[in-house]
Amino acid sequence: MPAKRRVAQLAMLAFAVAIVMFAYANVGLAIDQKIPAGMLGYGLGLGGLMLVAYLVLAKFAPWADPLILPLVTLINGLGLVMIYRLEEAEAFGASASTQLMWTAVGVVMFTVTLIVLRDHRALQRLTYTSGALGLALLVAPLLPFVGKEINGARIWINLGAFSLQPAEFAKLALIVFFAGYLVAKRDVLALAGRRLLFIDLPRARDLGPILIVWGLSLGVLILQKDLGSSLLIFGTFIAMLYVATQRTSWVLIGILLFIGGAILAGMIFEHVHNRFEVFLNPEDPELFQQVGGSEQLMQGLFSLATGKILGTGLGQGHPEMIPLAISDFIFPATGEELGLTGLMALLMLYALLVERGLRTSLAARDPFSKLLAGGLSFILAWQVFIIVGGVTNLIPLTGLVTPFMSQGGSALLANWILIALLVRASDAARQPPPQAIQDEGMTQVFQR
Amino acid sequence: MSELTLLLIRLAFLAVLWFFVIAAVGVIRTDLFGSQTAGAASARKTPKPVKPAAKPKKGEPRQMVVTGGPLQGTTIPLSEATITIGRATESTLVVNDDYASSRHARLFPQDGQWIVEDLGSTNGTYLDRSKVTRPTPVPLGVPIRIGKTVIELRK
Repeated sequence: MPAKRRVAQLAMLAFAVAIVMFAYANVGLAIDQKIPAGMLGYGLGLGGLMLVAYLVLAKFAPWADPLILPLVTLINGLGLVMIYRLEEAEAFGASASTQLMWTAVGVVMFTVTLIVLRDHRALQRLTYTSGALGLALLVAPLLPFVGKEINGARIWINLGAFSLQPAEFAKLALIVFFAGYLVAKRDVLALAGRRLLFIDLPRARDLGPILIVWGLSLGVLILQKDLGSSLLIFGTFIAMLYVATQRTSWVLIGILLFIGGAILAGMIFEHVHNRFEVFLNPEDPELFQQVGGSEQLMQGLFSLATGKILGTGLGQGHPEMIPLAISDFIFPATGEELGLTGLMALLMLYALLVERGLRTSLAARDPFSKLLAGGLSFILAWQVFIIVGGVTNLIPLTGLVTPFMSQGGSALLANWILIALLVRASDAARQPPPQAIQDEGMTQVFQR
Repeated sequence: MSELTLLLIRLAFLAVLWFFVIAAVGVIRTDLFGSQTAGAASARKTPKPVKPAAKPKKGEPRQMVVTGGPLQGTTIPLSEATITIGRATESTLVVNDDYASSRHARLFPQDGQWIVEDLGSTNGTYLDRSKVTRPTPVPLGVPIRIGKTVIELRK
């Protein structure tokens, strides 16, 4: 029986906040030769937020995994420090106070989700509602008046004073939909079909759902020019389909469909084609000079190279040279200052977070929780892979945020809600089985 | 600020970062082997069980493992409480299976062994190959089949 481990959780949480304060002090010492005035403010702000989150967790999800919150706190805090550091270097658009404000809103959303949603299995009843909601959120930026185009991608909606990226929330709704849908339909997707060579092929008419999601993600790619979200949604669906059916053929079909779609999109659309060119020849001087060319990617790679094994030290490199270092390229920016050693630690933090999520999925006692937790942790891992692979030129670069690190309110909010759902599922999975009436002899009362 | 101090701070920061990772792994490690530690801790806390029979014997199962079906990999630690299996959401193990009834079967401890009882399910509960018609003791490692789900008791 897993213990509650609340003390371990509080200790790890305090440790995470302490590391973040250490990082602030380090930035200040390197740039201004003194402890920055804001350190206490930021540190206490983050610490206070996490204390609230911890108390809510202890009250409303006492059995939840003790590591999820500390890991997220540290990643979020390191992101805050990097943004603060880039703001000091006057990088374009960097604002640590805005990011801290969004972190606060994110933690509030986390606690509200935990308090309101006492049993995540209630979401199973909202399967098709959340599917429709996800679709609506994906389509919202395309509507006139509401939608807004920034930096060539039409993925924003205008909400008066600020704008939101609804796709970040759409992915949560879609995971709930996929989980509920696959629980209901897994048998037909897993069992029907025939065997060809050594692969179980599904029936042609069961291909419907995968084709629909494929069409959906292609639609996102074409209409919104959002390569990242498109890949994210389709990949997550394939992974959840595989988890639900344990059938390799779905993964193969998914990969084939994806390659087909990618080649097609590469041939037809200029911006996709451009990404491929940059991916294949980033060092081409002509591409480097071009607007929207490979300069950003190359600056990121130069940054990583400058960082070497141990990094230049916080506040001592020049990560502000990378265009958009605060959002898509915060990973190489961190790499320059913390080096390979720091990046590996950062990736380990993500890996541990995903491991805790998958562990939750493994321990869950009903199929919906299994798929939900599996899908949520997979999408985190997949997102980190897509963006880190992109900035290191392992795969073509697609614009996605690094979860919890990049500056941006929508992503931060959505990811904090994601963590709340994961914590809720983990609380249910780790709870000891309901105790029958004990210490009253052998008689047991059953209510009909 | 001298170069040397900054270098030391830099190295210290990386060390602290890795120390956090190692501490997190430590928490997971105790969690992995938690069934024993938690059991030992609760045994130490309660001074003496009320029932003399509650003292765990050596050959007694500690957990129920799902070895087949969609829920494969799930383990449920065994305590004194009855485990119910079925499609109903209040069951201990919720199986989503067209061949399972909503209240399909239950497992309960009696005189140091675990008994499986079919709760009038439509498609029956099987212990190894034979259908369970009345409450039957479950030996260690013998599969119980409920629809497509296979579970067994382990130490």
